Amino acid sequence: MTHLNLVPNISEPDEFYAALLQVHEDCGKTESDAINARLILLLANHIGDMDVLREALAIAKTHCGRDM
Amino acid sequence: MARNFDTPLYPYSRSPDQDKEEPPRHKVIIVGAGPVGLAAAIDLALHNVPVVVLDENDKVSFGSRAICFAKRSLEILDRLGCGDDAVDKGVEWKVGKVYFEKRLVYSFDLLPEAGHKRPAFINLQQYYLERFLVNRIRALQAQGSCIELRGRNRVTGVTDLGGHAMVSVVTPDGQYQVSADYVVACDGAASPVRRMLGLQFEGRYFEDNFLIADIKIDGDVQFPAERRFWFDPPFNPGQSALLHKQPDGLWRIDLQLGWDINKEYESRPENVVARIKAFLGADIQFELEWLSIYTFQCRRMQEFRHGRIFFAGDSAHQVSPFGARGANSGLQDVDNLIWKLSMVIQGEAPESLLETYNIERIYAADENILNSTRSTDFITPKSEISRLFRDAVLVLAEQYSFARPMINSGRLSLPTTYYDPLLAAFDTPLLPPVTRPGAPAIDAPLGKGWLIDRLGNGFQLLSINTNLPGSFCGGGITVACSELSTDDDPTGLLKDRYLGNSASAIYLVRPDQHIAARWTRFDADQVGKAIAIARGAGS
Repeated sequence: MTHLNLVPNISEPDEFYAALLQVHEDCGKTESDAINARLILLLANHIGDMDVLREALAIAKTHCGRDM
Repeated sequence: MARNFDTPLYPYSRSPDQDKEEPPRHKVIIVGAGPVGLAAAIDLALHNVPVVVLDENDKVSFGSRAICFAKRSLEILDRLGCGDDAVDKGVEWKVGKVYFEKRLVYSFDLLPEAGHKRPAFINLQQYYLERFLVNRIRALQAQGSCIELRGRNRVTGVTDLGGHAMVSVVTPDGQYQVSADYVVACDGAASPVRRMLGLQFEGRYFEDNFLIADIKIDGDVQFPAERRFWFDPPFNPGQSALLHKQPDGLWRIDLQLGWDINKEYESRPENVVARIKAFLGADIQFELEWLSIYTFQCRRMQEFRHGRIFFAGDSAHQVSPFGARGANSGLQDVDNLIWKLSMVIQGEAPESLLETYNIERIYAADENILNSTRSTDFITPKSEISRLFRDAVLVLAEQYSFARPMINSGRLSLPTTYYDPLLAAFDTPLLPPVTRPGAPAIDAPLGKGWLIDRLGNGFQLLSINTNLPGSFCGGGITVACSELSTDDDPTGLLKDRYLGNSASAIYLVRPDQHIAARWTRFDADQVGKAIAIARGAGS
């Protein structure tokens, strides 16, 4: 079974982060939420593997012991 | 308490220039005796170029100001002759810790690789660095160097007259004028010279306020010598905090205050003390040595060279303090500019070489501005969605390493790797990427001493496992040669960093210790061409 990759895998993390924020620039909350939803669906399709997706969903849901 | 920054270090005394009928001509005038101006003066003196430094003050800077000096800055200070002073006095650190709310989420090592003479960072108050630089100037003067430091000489006008630049100065004895081949404005973020020339800054202004304070804690307090950064801590909700150790038991505190504050209220000592007690604990006794509330900009001048007038350090570019890219990049400006200016003044290079200062240091400034802008966007999210992603990264990072590289509490200053398209041909993929042309020569331990100490102030050829003549005449100048060998490579790092799988290598190193070109074998014709290009005389 393939597992979710939880070690660094993006060669230019600052570049990615800046691009992520750029996508949301000047967007209202509704618009940003919609962008995020589309983004999740796009990335999920790229991953494809249901085991990996379930792992990601579970980690996102646990809040890692904190309240967000 | 008599503080380090209270004593005049270069008190005013009348210069013979003030009694001349015609403005006397100097080679170089530096405006501003901060770390950048003083370092520039020393570097000129080491290249045997006479220099006059003018400063409106006569003391070191007030308050600790720039405190983090990176490895490359220490290597530059070594070249200038005060690296030991800085390192002996400074507090060494290499561990950074990041907290979110109440918890430690991440701890990192700034220089995980061994084999460097100098540490990743030291903390040292700017006033100490300035004092060491002034001491070095005094030592050079005692050895006969033409280097003058004129206190309480306020520059009121600078004009480029084509053949020379004219500088008007006001002193306690009135006005006078001097002229110079070149003027270097190292007069800080508010640069009066920049204003006098009507030149502007372009870039972003951040809507935030930060309280910065130096405190001296009574008794033995065992905070570690680490960089500790808090996102949204309980003692400063919704904002950030930073704690750094300095020499003399001094601690630097940096608290984000937000935009909509009452500056006068926040600067009252009793309110500052209350904030610090909430941070460090109510029972801690301390003395407030210095405090300042500041906002910042990430921006630069469009050009760093205007004819005979150059801008270096904060006068040319400003960054957010996250990443310690202010004073460190200012010292790299000096490193880049002074050898070029010296060679041009001494007729060893064409004036076109000076334009490469503009190109290379603008490239570096843009890199620094990009990094410090990104850090600022992470530390002070400017929208709800930006804060949401930031907090998600911090929450995930505690448990999952993938999120840690996205945490950005400041990307700490690293030297810029330059790119010269004319020199691009003088490289080979057979040698390691870390020492490619444009990169600063990376240090490596030798049997006795360090590679970095083998590099001088001039152009140099460095060979590894191959012979060179004692000196090399080519490309219009004579270049010193230095031979190294993997027989004298106790850690194998010389091979890793300079040879890779190649049996031998030749490196052409610039006076600022950046690599200009490299080959696996010596070829006099190729080396000569590369030298000519590197000193601005190639085509």
